Amino acid sequence: MTPGLKVLSPGLHTTVQDLGRIGYQVIGVPVSGALDGFALRLANALVGNPQGMAALEILVAGPTFEIAADSARLALVGTGASLGIRGEKARVVAEQSVTVQRGDIIEITLGRQSARCYLAVEGGIAVPRVLGSASTYVRAALGGLNGRALQRDDVIPLAVGCASERSELRVPAPPSGSPEQPIRVVLGPQHKYFRKESLAALLDAEFRVSKDADRMGMRLDGPALRHRWGWDIVSDAIATGSIQVPGSGQPIVLLADHQTTGGYPKIATVISADLPRLGRCRPGDPLRFVSVEPEAAEEMCRQSEREFAKLVGALEPAPSEIELDIGSLYGENLISGVTTGFE
Amino acid sequence: MKVRFLSAGDRALVVEFGDRVDRRLSERVLRLDAIIRSNPPPGIVETVPTFRSLAVYYDPLLTSRGELQRAITPLLDLRDNPRTGAKLWQVPVCYEGEFAPDLAEVARLTGLTPNDVVALHSGTRFHVYMLGFLPGFPYMGDLPSQLALPRRADPRLRVPAGSISIATSLTAIYPYESPGGWHLIGATPIRMFDPERSEPALFAPGDAVRFEPIDAAEFAAIRKAVDTRSYEVESAPVAL
Repeated sequence: MTPGLKVLSPGLHTTVQDLGRIGYQVIGVPVSGALDGFALRLANALVGNPQGMAALEILVAGPTFEIAADSARLALVGTGASLGIRGEKARVVAEQSVTVQRGDIIEITLGRQSARCYLAVEGGIAVPRVLGSASTYVRAALGGLNGRALQRDDVIPLAVGCASERSELRVPAPPSGSPEQPIRVVLGPQHKYFRKESLAALLDAEFRVSKDADRMGMRLDGPALRHRWGWDIVSDAIATGSIQVPGSGQPIVLLADHQTTGGYPKIATVISADLPRLGRCRPGDPLRFVSVEPEAAEEMCRQSEREFAKLVGALEPAPSEIELDIGSLYGENLISGVTTGFE
Repeated sequence: MKVRFLSAGDRALVVEFGDRVDRRLSERVLRLDAIIRSNPPPGIVETVPTFRSLAVYYDPLLTSRGELQRAITPLLDLRDNPRTGAKLWQVPVCYEGEFAPDLAEVARLTGLTPNDVVALHSGTRFHVYMLGFLPGFPYMGDLPSQLALPRRADPRLRVPAGSISIATSLTAIYPYESPGGWHLIGATPIRMFDPERSEPALFAPGDAVRFEPIDAAEFAAIRKAVDTRSYEVESAPVAL
């Protein structure tokens, strides 16, 4: 039988995602892919996968799975998220790998700090690639598991049926999240379509994430942003992170599943280094924006890539006995490969 | 209008030729796209031609806005046109009954008869300006000016897949069921997007399209052939 994860409950919106479908925007196919590419890559690194492999993106409420494989090595990444194994008291915190056994029932819980997390499985998820990617794009039923979010009784096929024999890995210290910092944007491409005071409001005012948020975009509550010459422009292309402003004046930050083209002016675009922070936001969370020059934004992208490489390079062996109190083990000199869940 | 380079964040550079729906602008956009595709400067991830601009997506780990702008600027003055492979498509459309829920209203609003509307729409050769909104969704123009109408005041929540629609100077085909605010004057049984095909989208930007009226019986027959993948949409190469 094909190894898999049997879905006992699907969570709110759990989809297979990788780093996106590249090269098909010209024919109207959105890029899709993980809202937080760094989290997906880190989860893969923790289980020893190539970083761009498909994993599960879990939004708002976590799923429950039964392990239908001899064993499986999992890693969850997402601030405050944790993984429980039914019958075991201790929970496995995010940012470390763990090996589970056939029949184990795995419950994913999200923390209050983040609206999403990623679950990677050693060897990867064995769904066919569609147009070069395993990412799910629900609107056109492309990719993932049958082109849709997980449902109860689905079986997510796994590429390998048992975990390899090696020690578990963890992130030495939680990644430094700085939620208080404003989100950095590059103005434009259509900032000149807006009144001066609205441009100032974008950078001075506080916005709040509204309830109207999904993988396509996130509508913000705050001061209405007013156009100088109307809001119906001749369509042009959209970049992930662009903040489009329709006639209502309420800005929408466009995320991974955004349409490839659109006819509303885009006042600014969130820099790629800050995109992961955006999708962690929950409805009601405050947001502020600060503008940077394109060249500075490119440098920030390179900087975050360097920091990420450093983080992956610093992954350290983690205890494989989940009963251990993780907190007390920080700072102890753990010997790698002492035991694995597979033994 | 002067060509402008606009940043859309740190991963996209928009080369903007103008702000209108215009065949000459479109030719400039498509020509630059073809030139870049034939010999892409390093670091370009993909390009997207639209009515008015070419979006150049790039990897800031491999290049920069400045480098790309320097590489692209001289390409704007190239006179040669490497645009090849454009096709003229013959699309069967049923303009009757339930397939054309807005035909009577379009006729009323334009002061034409439904037959005039069909004759004008099926008598025009359209240019595919761009694809967007949904996978395989073509924006085509230009409609004869007698058919130009604003979008519906009351958008539909569900437009059936295959619907042939018009609004402003444009016509389009819905590849999927989706919400939509355009006027529906017919439907085609062909499949606009199929990820299993070597070319998933039927049309490419720069192609030409004609619509050929069919009746409901022909619609049903073609749909059956499409479902068994034994129907091929007629096309011919276009000289540019």
